[in-house]
Amino acid sequence: MTTPFDYAPAPESRSIVDIKPSYGLFINGEFVDGHGKSFKTISPATEEVLAEVAEADDADVDAAVKAARRAYDRVWSRMPGRERAKYLYRIARIIQERSRELAVLESIDNGKPIKESRDVDIPIVAAHFFYYAGWADKLEYAGRGADPRPLGVAGQIIPWNFPLLMLAWKIAPALACGNTVVLKPAETTPLTALLFAEICQQADLPPGVVNIITGAGGTGQALVAHPGIDKVAFTGSTDVGKAIARTVAGTDKKVTLELGGKAANIVFDDAPLDQAVEGIVTGIFFNQGHVCCAGSRLLVQESIADELLAKLKRRMSTLRVGDPLDKNTDVGAINSAEQLARIRELSDIGEAEGAGRWSPECVLPQHGFWFPPTIFTGVTQAHRIAREEIFGPVLSVLTFRTPAEAVEKANNTPYGLSAGIWTEKGSRILKIASQLRAGVVWANTFNKFDPTSPFGGYKESGYGREGGRHGLEAYLR
Amino acid sequence: MTSTPTVLDDVTRTESSLRQFLHGLPGVDQVGAEARAAGLGTRSIKTSAKAYALDLAIRMVDLTTLEGQDTPGKVRALAAKAMRPDPADPTCPAAAAVCVYPDMVATAKQTLGESGVHVASVATAFPSGRAALDIKLADTRDAVEAGADEIDMVIDRGAFLAGHYQRVYDEIVAVKAACARSNGEDAHLKVIFETGELQTYDNVRRVSWLAMMAGAHFIKTSTGKVQPAATLPVTLVMLEAVRDFRELTGQMVGVKPAGGIRTAKDAIKYLVMVNEVAGQDWLDPDWFRFGASTLLNDLLMQRTKMTTGRYSGPDYFTLD
Repeated sequence: MTTPFDYAPAPESRSIVDIKPSYGLFINGEFVDGHGKSFKTISPATEEVLAEVAEADDADVDAAVKAARRAYDRVWSRMPGRERAKYLYRIARIIQERSRELAVLESIDNGKPIKESRDVDIPIVAAHFFYYAGWADKLEYAGRGADPRPLGVAGQIIPWNFPLLMLAWKIAPALACGNTVVLKPAETTPLTALLFAEICQQADLPPGVVNIITGAGGTGQALVAHPGIDKVAFTGSTDVGKAIARTVAGTDKKVTLELGGKAANIVFDDAPLDQAVEGIVTGIFFNQGHVCCAGSRLLVQESIADELLAKLKRRMSTLRVGDPLDKNTDVGAINSAEQLARIRELSDIGEAEGAGRWSPECVLPQHGFWFPPTIFTGVTQAHRIAREEIFGPVLSVLTFRTPAEAVEKANNTPYGLSAGIWTEKGSRILKIASQLRAGVVWANTFNKFDPTSPFGGYKESGYGREGGRHGLEAYLR
Repeated sequence: MTSTPTVLDDVTRTESSLRQFLHGLPGVDQVGAEARAAGLGTRSIKTSAKAYALDLAIRMVDLTTLEGQDTPGKVRALAAKAMRPDPADPTCPAAAAVCVYPDMVATAKQTLGESGVHVASVATAFPSGRAALDIKLADTRDAVEAGADEIDMVIDRGAFLAGHYQRVYDEIVAVKAACARSNGEDAHLKVIFETGELQTYDNVRRVSWLAMMAGAHFIKTSTGKVQPAATLPVTLVMLEAVRDFRELTGQMVGVKPAGGIRTAKDAIKYLVMVNEVAGQDWLDPDWFRFGASTLLNDLLMQRTKMTTGRYSGPDYFTLD
């Protein structure tokens, strides 16, 4: 008697989160009404409206920057590092205490599986605050001279793929170094940033040190162009990154940009195959492929290509796509209708260009935005799906014969954010890694993040590093 | 005389071809394998899925007693329990087998009769395997003649670690031959690796292929006498091996983690792994077993909780 082992639904309870019908802007330690219109944030898994969120206009941006400047001048830049550290430690502990609430809210607003928000995003968020809290009173050892000074007010704009994690990457080092911030979360995922604002209140963070303004591209543009900020930190698309670089050109604002990627995940014939399959899956299907450093190009050595693809397809057949709040979901919802349209468009182009498209059989929910895990085989460097960032669960598979060819193909992209190498041969790892033009090179793993490790790109993937000691440099003069 | 599938004939022809093949298997990245096992361990198995898993796990238990102080009375009690694990609930399925030392096989067989519950016997100088081959074969024949349906042999770990793969292979082949009964049937052969002594996952993958090529019906992690015994990552590597072996040869081989699996929660983690790594075909007592003693009572307690909604204490279940 063998019956299929169907996992019954195991939904995480939503009761722990309390989503308000509407949210204002967090300026100078308080929630205030915005002057602009409001917009709706929805659950991408159900298209249900979650809340109305204020759209900050120029006057709101100005108020936020001024609040940040006051807090910088009067409190935060004068406070000894060890005192700033206490606030950061306190925030980190509150994040841990409220981790389930944050994880559930993140999954509701973003569409990512609860197991990822619970086991990856939120723990790393807390770790980031703990890590940079430790730096706050040791900045003279950061390699920036004996008396490094903060920059001032940082304008920070973050994407929707890891809403709270990107907030942590931005805010933790900025605050540790003595800067104050005005942060704009993405318009499709503002809720955890607004909950973070509550956490700042709970931690008694001095008013104005952290300001959170919601809105779309116009709000971000106003923030970047505001004369009162000293630093712009942006994570998002390469197009917007270029626009930001143009806006700040000729000013003395410092800029760090963390942009797109089209990472090569290179599997050699002596790789640990079963783990490589896991790494390919983690590389492209983690977070629905909404990862700037996703391993979206698989470069596999020709001699093992068939075997590896067979294993990969079998593994993909076990991926569970569906309700982000189900604890057994591996792949959640695409974040927005707009992003879904882009993934569909590029996938259709891939098919039209002659690549072989394959997805495992999976039943997608009726409502919400969904795209099945997909691979394209027979892809060449000339295909658009091998060149453009799809930012979805779509993998392009290419083959190579020699290590030199692998390196050439891996580097033949305008991007340079990350790469992966799979081989049991240590000397090969070292040699290939040194030849790859990518900010992060993972060896026999992929998409591993740690606050102590710097992250950032080459070429059109941006400049500046976040994380680790290097991450301090972006916030010190 | 060999059990090797024909596609692998060339592999087992010489010591050096055997070595080349085993060392040519893809390596196992320790960090990656352990991360995968841990990831599968986070599956949340609830309600109907849990009820299914608990019953399946009970049907997969090789209820084991391997102590110097075992008595015929204890073996009879164990056999009775294997047939009706929960005397209060006739819907509770029977365990797969009882697992005993060779001298207890006849006692176990007598109690179990035609119940369908098998008698498994350890053999080949269990648990160390440190004896001459003819003694191991005699040990095996003794258990088979006494009525054992299944033989759990141990490999010569010393020979394996020294790289004498041919010797290990030949020994498994010889023990398998000794499992033949006069009526033409075979006792099923489970091959115990004692992975706690082999230590690396690369070794686990190699020994799995070695045993499968030599004709093992089941590959089994441990004797239970050495720590660590069964672990999720070791079982993962073995499940990958049986999956790949079927892909190549068309033959299915079973897997038995043994030792250290004590809770229903642990057992369910193993079943999730079987389901997602080897596939549904292995979700059957013919292809997956748990070597355990205390596990059964926890499975029964969880099962009672599922059916009645109440937790009962250990006093309500029989001690072995």
